Amino acid sequence: MEGHRDLERSIKVRKVKSAFVLFLSFLTALYGIFWLFWILIDVFSKGFQYISPELILEDPAPPGEEGGGLRHAFVGHIIITSLATLMGVPIGIAAGVFFTEYGRFSRFAEFLRSMTDSLVSLPSIIVGTVVYAILVKPVGHFFGLSGSVALALLMLPVIAITTAQILKLVPDSLREAAYALGAFRWQVIKDVSLVAAKRGILTGVILGVARITGETAPLLFTSFNNNFTTYNVFEPMATLTVTIFIYALGPYEDWHRKAWAASLILTLGTLAFFILAKYVVSRKR
Amino acid sequence: MDGIDKKVSRRKDRIIDRIVFLALASTALFLGLLYPLIIGSSLLKESLLAIERFGVLGFILSDVWDPVRELFGGLPAIVGTIISTFIASAIAIPVCIGVAIFITELSPKPLKPVFTTAVELLGAIPSIIYGMWGFFVLSPVMAEKVEPFLQEMLMDVPVLWRLVDGVPTGIDVLTSSLVLSIMIIPFMATIVKDAFEMTPQLLKEAGYGMGATKWEVIKDVVIPYAFPGIVGGAILSVGRALGETMAVAFLTGNVHQIPKSLLDQFTTITVTIANEFTEADTDLYLSSLYFLALILFVMSFMLLVFSKFFIFKRLEKRWKVTGI
Repeated sequence: MEGHRDLERSIKVRKVKSAFVLFLSFLTALYGIFWLFWILIDVFSKGFQYISPELILEDPAPPGEEGGGLRHAFVGHIIITSLATLMGVPIGIAAGVFFTEYGRFSRFAEFLRSMTDSLVSLPSIIVGTVVYAILVKPVGHFFGLSGSVALALLMLPVIAITTAQILKLVPDSLREAAYALGAFRWQVIKDVSLVAAKRGILTGVILGVARITGETAPLLFTSFNNNFTTYNVFEPMATLTVTIFIYALGPYEDWHRKAWAASLILTLGTLAFFILAKYVVSRKR
Repeated sequence: MDGIDKKVSRRKDRIIDRIVFLALASTALFLGLLYPLIIGSSLLKESLLAIERFGVLGFILSDVWDPVRELFGGLPAIVGTIISTFIASAIAIPVCIGVAIFITELSPKPLKPVFTTAVELLGAIPSIIYGMWGFFVLSPVMAEKVEPFLQEMLMDVPVLWRLVDGVPTGIDVLTSSLVLSIMIIPFMATIVKDAFEMTPQLLKEAGYGMGATKWEVIKDVVIPYAFPGIVGGAILSVGRALGETMAVAFLTGNVHQIPKSLLDQFTTITVTIANEFTEADTDLYLSSLYFLALILFVMSFMLLVFSKFFIFKRLEKRWKVTGI
């Protein structure tokens, strides 16, 4: 009888312990959600008040004066990220295809893949300093295209690794069926592997673009900033992120308001990319 | 005739095959070999001047940062980077494990994708937003409420009072580390959660079948099984915290001193580079900043390569043995 009661008590203790730890985990989840909601609510409430058509359609007013907009930053941001996407996506996909389709049994290719994988977490500011050294310094001044190159270098490893991983999921029996019909390797890649992995790769591309849209550090020393709207990629170019950085540190209340508005638009933009990626994944064929 | 045509077209295909191979191989070679080499070598080349002037150890161990006298030492920035990364990870890692337990084991099934998406979405917010929010919203709250409160609490506690010694400004080690930790939570929680979900249902059910409670199953089945994932997620997040610039750019104060308390202003490698790069007016100044970048590159790259080639190889083996 004693033993039975002991057992019952120890079960009770274990159950209480379990409930306690699970409660703790609930609290940590609450803790995480608390911060993240606080940030989102602030960005939305502060940013929303200051959003206006002028923000997108007008050039900035001279420092210290009210009014004006951030057209220069929107234009620059779109140009720089699109050029970066144009450079980064094809090369990234090509490398990813190589890692999975050719390099599966080669140690050297595996080494290259591992290095690329490590590059995914390369601090973005380092890319900025390197592009400054190899592009900006020889040219002699900051220019928009160098910012695109920096961003492209940042997104390359991300896209290559996702592509390689997605292609791994394509069943080998599909490839073998094509080989059995006498197809060449490039035909198998083009007509079987890439077609089967299309949506996954698209998701990777969208996530890569979402990542570079929010980058600031690599642009500080490459595309830098410009107070006027320019379409010339060989001139310094403003971007939303760098503008937020400069405006938030600036002394004017009006600048802070614009920085909040720009932050909201930037957040909405990246979240939109993200939701788009989710949608692509979840869409039934 | 038909046979010849076929032969020609096969030959053409074979040539295309070679070309495609070469093109793809060259991109892979560029990405996996040339790219890291370019980064390493150009950082090294640019920092040569500073290395020659101060020496590697001389730079790393010196805490003087005086652009006017052209004396540069990286110790404050390096120590600042390590301290803020350490505190941020110490806060984030337990939270992430808790969040992962919550999502995989506690939340009702229909809500799981909601929580997962929420966490992932929050990881997608650009870091400059965290930085700006920290500067305008969190920093005043820290200065007016949290830090005075901490000082009052720890006033009479020996040793610990030193941690919160100083004037609460909200621009300090504590606020920076806190914002960093908030930033890496979604990132790391996603990885840990995925690792948790890899645990085979069968193993868990075996645990429950033996009469284990939920926590015992988590502690003795799920966590050991997901351990490589937890370690991997932790290392990736540490790497991210090391290299994060914009989230802390406004919050450190960029003062080149080794912080003695959590309320001291300090600087990190990334913040120093972001703030001073365009202002560097002499070659030696710029070169010293490049040297800092090189040190950061070595730190983060070593961390990843180490985790990839040593920890993971070892854990993977263990994983395969224990995990069916």
